[in-house]
Amino acid sequence: MKSSIIIVIFFVLGIFLGYFIDESVFIFNDNLSTYALHFLLFLIGISIGADLKVFKIIKKLHYKILFVPLAVIVGTLLGVAAVSILFEDITLNECLAIGSGFGYYSLSSIYISKISGEVLGVVALLSNIIREVITLIAAPLLVRYFGKLAPIASGGATSMDTTLPIITRYSGKEFAVISVFSGTVLTIIVPFMVTMFL
Amino acid sequence: MNTVLLFLILGSLVGYIIREKKSLLKHLDKLTFWSVLALLFLLGFSVGRNPTIIQNIHKLGFQALILSVAAVIGSAIFSFIVYKLFFKDIKADEK
Repeated sequence: MKSSIIIVIFFVLGIFLGYFIDESVFIFNDNLSTYALHFLLFLIGISIGADLKVFKIIKKLHYKILFVPLAVIVGTLLGVAAVSILFEDITLNECLAIGSGFGYYSLSSIYISKISGEVLGVVALLSNIIREVITLIAAPLLVRYFGKLAPIASGGATSMDTTLPIITRYSGKEFAVISVFSGTVLTIIVPFMVTMFL
Repeated sequence: MNTVLLFLILGSLVGYIIREKKSLLKHLDKLTFWSVLALLFLLGFSVGRNPTIIQNIHKLGFQALILSVAAVIGSAIFSFIVYKLFFKDIKADEK
């Protein structure tokens, strides 16, 4: 949570600088963020390659654990597709792309702003931050009404790190492994799914 | 799309090679965090230069809220089905 706040502070700092400083002073062109994005993907790759416990979890918990991230994908896409009719200026595919961030706001919003422009990128950023916040706040309610997998599903890609403590607290520590697994799978597929819909 | 795959695969190969070098991997989280900070700062910077966003931030925030609530409810419902089918009798035997 603390790191999320720092990230939001940097985002807001960027907004202020962008708003007040003349463009010619700082040349933050598109290439710079593209390089940073590729670097981030490379780093995510390293953490996946260095830590193969995800595959051990599949072995240990059997194939049924695969249904958890699958439920998150299907549920999220159907959910955002249902509300897409409310928006005049956001298409179904754009809604699906925003939903495919699964709470991984940094990566998804940057892809979406690159492909579809910054307006949609901001909706994606806010939407995926809100998803994380809802999970942190509503975890006990989600467990009560939708069972112990619900906060894991709500957390999406964040269930492997930022929302893991709260999930473990309300679903029980026997769900921690499932949570890490689901979050890892979703984190890996975010860039593919987001770009697939746009 | 292809560059995504390229950098992820390249990274995981490097990660697999250095998986025993804990001293190197210790810095990975920090480096990842800093690149996320840099990216969000850059995104903020271009948002700040975009008057359309600044003027419509209420509307965009409301749209974002609707999308996230829908995503949470949708995935919670499907996770409930999976829970009832496969995970109902999971006890503390898994760690």
